[in-house]
Amino acid sequence: MNLRAVQAIYVNEMSRFFRTIGQSFISPVISTSLYFVVFGAAIGSRIETVEGVAYGAFIVPGLIMLSVIMQSISNASFGMYFPKFVGTVFELLSAPVNFLEIVLGFVGAAATKALFIGVVILGTAAVFVDLSILHPLAMIAFLVLTCLAFSLMGFIIGIWAKNFEQLQLVPLLIVTPLVFLGGSFYSTSMLPPVWQTVTHFNPVFYLISGFRWAFFGVADVAIGWSLLAIAAFFAICLVIVWQIFRTGWRLRD
Amino acid sequence: MSAILKIRDLRKVYEGGFEALKGVTLDIEEGEILALLGPNGAGKTTLISTLCGITEPTSGSATVGGYDIKTQYRQARSLIGLVPQEINLEPFSYVGANLHFSRGLFGKPRDDAKVEDVLRKLALWDKRANRVRELSGGMKRRVLIGKALAHEPKVLFLDEPTAGVDVALRKEMWDVVADLKAAGVTIILTTHYIEEAEAMADRVAVIRDGEILMVERTADLMRRLGRKDLTIELREPLTAIPEPLSGYDLCLGEDGLSMTYSYDTQADRTGIAGLMSALSEAGIVLKDLHTRQSSLEEIFVGLVEEKGAPA
Repeated sequence: MNLRAVQAIYVNEMSRFFRTIGQSFISPVISTSLYFVVFGAAIGSRIETVEGVAYGAFIVPGLIMLSVIMQSISNASFGMYFPKFVGTVFELLSAPVNFLEIVLGFVGAAATKALFIGVVILGTAAVFVDLSILHPLAMIAFLVLTCLAFSLMGFIIGIWAKNFEQLQLVPLLIVTPLVFLGGSFYSTSMLPPVWQTVTHFNPVFYLISGFRWAFFGVADVAIGWSLLAIAAFFAICLVIVWQIFRTGWRLRD
Repeated sequence: MSAILKIRDLRKVYEGGFEALKGVTLDIEEGEILALLGPNGAGKTTLISTLCGITEPTSGSATVGGYDIKTQYRQARSLIGLVPQEINLEPFSYVGANLHFSRGLFGKPRDDAKVEDVLRKLALWDKRANRVRELSGGMKRRVLIGKALAHEPKVLFLDEPTAGVDVALRKEMWDVVADLKAAGVTIILTTHYIEEAEAMADRVAVIRDGEILMVERTADLMRRLGRKDLTIELREPLTAIPEPLSGYDLCLGEDGLSMTYSYDTQADRTGIAGLMSALSEAGIVLKDLHTRQSSLEEIFVGLVEEKGAPA
């Protein structure tokens, strides 16, 4: 295991993050505040509680998940696409590293950044609403796993993408709808039965449900299913990355 | 001396059927400088990319320091430094950080003294805290060399290090290469320029259409190819070569206004001095003189014709 290479990639990726730390901090604070103004104040005044939780607090886990998933994907996909774009990928390919080391460096850095954003949002939310976290360890575990799994997905998108448009395509067309329709802002029990069934095919739904359980002890599905969903998603992404490096797809001629 | 790099029947067929390498076999000795000479599209970069792990070979094998490039890629690649042809650098990254990154990527512990040493040798120490985009083209190229040297390779590939580089900088590059050779690094450089090969290389390999046409010691090659033509333009036309000049290998131009003398630049006596005095003794008035050397393209054409001669 070339741990120094993992460290080098990680530090290199994080340095880009630190160069723009101001932006990284400000934008989630502003967007979270806006969500609270719109959803919490405007809608929350009409819907008082959802499953016994105040609406303002109820949307916090979904809100964090929404940002964390989008951030993980964009950080990791950009992180991997950029070396291809400027040509520095040659060095990764000619270095004595295997796919796992490259993945650990890039995905680790992307997940760290997303985790940071998640914590910032949580802190901002605590300013607006009363928050209690019933299962803090489970909350942290869900947050970290989600960061890792979606950074892995972003990493795959970064290898797949041939231009900046493609880099935006998957998050925009697939991930955003999945996150919004995964119960970020509502309980699925509020939906008609048909849509409840459809929602069960959405992997993000299990994550948000599990994450919400960690906060309030209420969930749309059993916590076991949520854990299984994220583990399965993680495993699938890992197998895809392994295959990509084994065959050199979109990386080696 | 022993071969540090052994290439055996290496073939590369790209998707779409283009055969970039047609079974290359080549040994490169430890500590030597080998110039890989060839026109655009000859397969120089493909050969280097394949040895470095950027391109997958279709068949054949290669070892670096005894390690197979596929099955023992970690050990093999640890020994290799690669300076690519294109300036592939992150524009917003810092010069010093770039070198530390390369070192880490190749599994070497952080070593500020080593990085400083490399930066100083490349006259980049003052620029260590600058961003890459603030540097001139020549400096960027040196950053690339610095990145490759930061992890202390035993074998260094320089893919057209002086392409698009001005004369002063080219000389600087040559000096850097000479220092590396003195430090025992084996260097493989690709180039279009025969004078570059002549100035630096111990041996020259000529590659064309994915095949190594010949590998020869530079000195031998220059002797073989080092012929020059001296053209003498005359004020008055001649109908034949005058008798006193018959001892020289002269050829009279069709209009009688010029004569061409072929000579070996590597010979102890080129015969030019003698020819000049013989001309003046014969009362021939010169208008102008110029010399020309066979270009690399002509050498290639010559080599290819030689290969295709039997018909």
